[in-house]
Amino acid sequence: MNQPPVSTDPNSSPAIGVPGANPLAQKDERWQIRVRGLNKTFGPQHVLRGVDLDIERGRTNIIIGGSGQGKSVMMKHLMGLLRPDSGQIWVDGVDVVPFTDREMGKLRRKFGMVFQYAALFDSMNVVENIAFPLIERYRLSRDEIMERVRDLLRRLDLAHVDGIEKKIPPELSGGQRKRVGLARALIDRPEILLYDEPTTGLDPVATKNVDEMIRRTADEFGVTSVVISHDMASTFRIGDRISMLDQGKIVVSGTPEEVLASRQPALREFVETSGLVAPEQGGRE
Amino acid sequence: MSTTSSAENPPEISPVERKLRVFLEHLSAPIWVILNYFGERAIMLGKAMAALFRAPLRVRLFLDQMEFVGVGSLPIIILVGFFSGAVSAQQAITALRIFNQERFVGATVGISLAQELAPVFTGLMITARAGSGMATELGSMRITEQIDALSTFAVDPIQYLVTPRVIATTLIMPVMGMVFNIVGLLGAFLFSIYLEHIDLGQFIEQLTYWTDPKDYIIGATKALVFGVTLSIAACYQGFTVRGGAKEVGLATTRAVVAGSVSILVVDYFLIDAFHILWPPRS
Repeated sequence: MNQPPVSTDPNSSPAIGVPGANPLAQKDERWQIRVRGLNKTFGPQHVLRGVDLDIERGRTNIIIGGSGQGKSVMMKHLMGLLRPDSGQIWVDGVDVVPFTDREMGKLRRKFGMVFQYAALFDSMNVVENIAFPLIERYRLSRDEIMERVRDLLRRLDLAHVDGIEKKIPPELSGGQRKRVGLARALIDRPEILLYDEPTTGLDPVATKNVDEMIRRTADEFGVTSVVISHDMASTFRIGDRISMLDQGKIVVSGTPEEVLASRQPALREFVETSGLVAPEQGGRE
Repeated sequence: MSTTSSAENPPEISPVERKLRVFLEHLSAPIWVILNYFGERAIMLGKAMAALFRAPLRVRLFLDQMEFVGVGSLPIIILVGFFSGAVSAQQAITALRIFNQERFVGATVGISLAQELAPVFTGLMITARAGSGMATELGSMRITEQIDALSTFAVDPIQYLVTPRVIATTLIMPVMGMVFNIVGLLGAFLFSIYLEHIDLGQFIEQLTYWTDPKDYIIGATKALVFGVTLSIAACYQGFTVRGGAKEVGLATTRAVVAGSVSILVVDYFLIDAFHILWPPRS
């Protein structure tokens, strides 16, 4: 296993404008995941072009960007579902890119993933879906599993739904499916939760509920959240740290205030088009 | 920068050489397509088989698939088997009556059912019913990210989804072929005895004299091989779907076509192989 280079400044943060100028990666209190120079091509398509990204521990980190900019591809790399052509991904100070499939399998226990449309298993009911990671990974008694499932159903406001345990995914509403998907991701107590466009296809009220759910989950479970989104209202509502992916690179990274103040053209256009701020005279150069 | 390197400007080739290269590329393209087609399925089959010897062994998934492929297909196998036997007897009697040899109908139908009709028709029925179901289910799982979700839990999707389907289909196919055999013989028997008034003793005697255990071994072996080809064709099509509902539909169609064609093609080569191993009785 590769040892990370020793940082001279463990709390260094990528600067606004071009992040990751300082390619540090070591286990420290602030940064849980650090990505440097990540490249990925699919055939002739160069999707990621040297991504530098830092994910802050215990915070809600949002990755924004337009459709087809490689946000989901980026997220799949974080969890080892895709292998990069080049570059490094440091998780808690360990470069995971050279990991074997077996090592990657162990690493994934640190992660939970909430899919865009929940990706619940159609052939299983709610309890079987939520308990799936436990059944696959451990030899727990039925009572232990049910205790943890019911605890999560209660904490995610699902316990009051009539007959929820025996319901199958097609019988659930969009919001309920998201929460069951979140429960499944949380059941093995992950350190890092990845959300792939969690508010896509939801009405404004449901979007606000999902935002609250993400916020509450981060506070209550103390997990590091990484949210892929192009919903700017949600982003500024729940984000502690925002990074923008444009044309295969992170072009801006910082706190919501820093990002709002950024003059980066792609970001300005994204923010202004969303209606969060008034467009400037002259527009994007 | 305006400088050029040799890598940017490869050495020029003569027009004859260029034409020759283009010609060879065109000539080899179909070979690559065929190799790619079989290679991808062979790789998936290899991974599915290798996963069988890796923990955990999920017995329940195998049993679920055996129930889906076997018990679920039983009504259609019985229906098709019965009428296939009856129609075979009808055709055999029509042909044999020319030579006044109707008494051989039991032997004729018995051998053709055991060696050909049972494994091939069972394979085609299972392809249409279970193969299409597998392709649709895996395709739907792919486009709704359920297969990706399995990977996030460090579960090998091939081991979880493909291995049980291939093994269950392979093991259940000879059993279903035998059911087809029995029901087919019953259909032939009822048609011959009660509608064509063939002598009962002659029917049984010729059937038992001319059919050997090897006929049933050949049929069962064929069914086993068809189980592998039809299930891997279905799983591959479903597993590799990209896009939406339309692509899932197309994958299902391709799975049925590929499964059916593979059965008939493989059948031809298996007949040749078995004729070398056990030359037909003269």
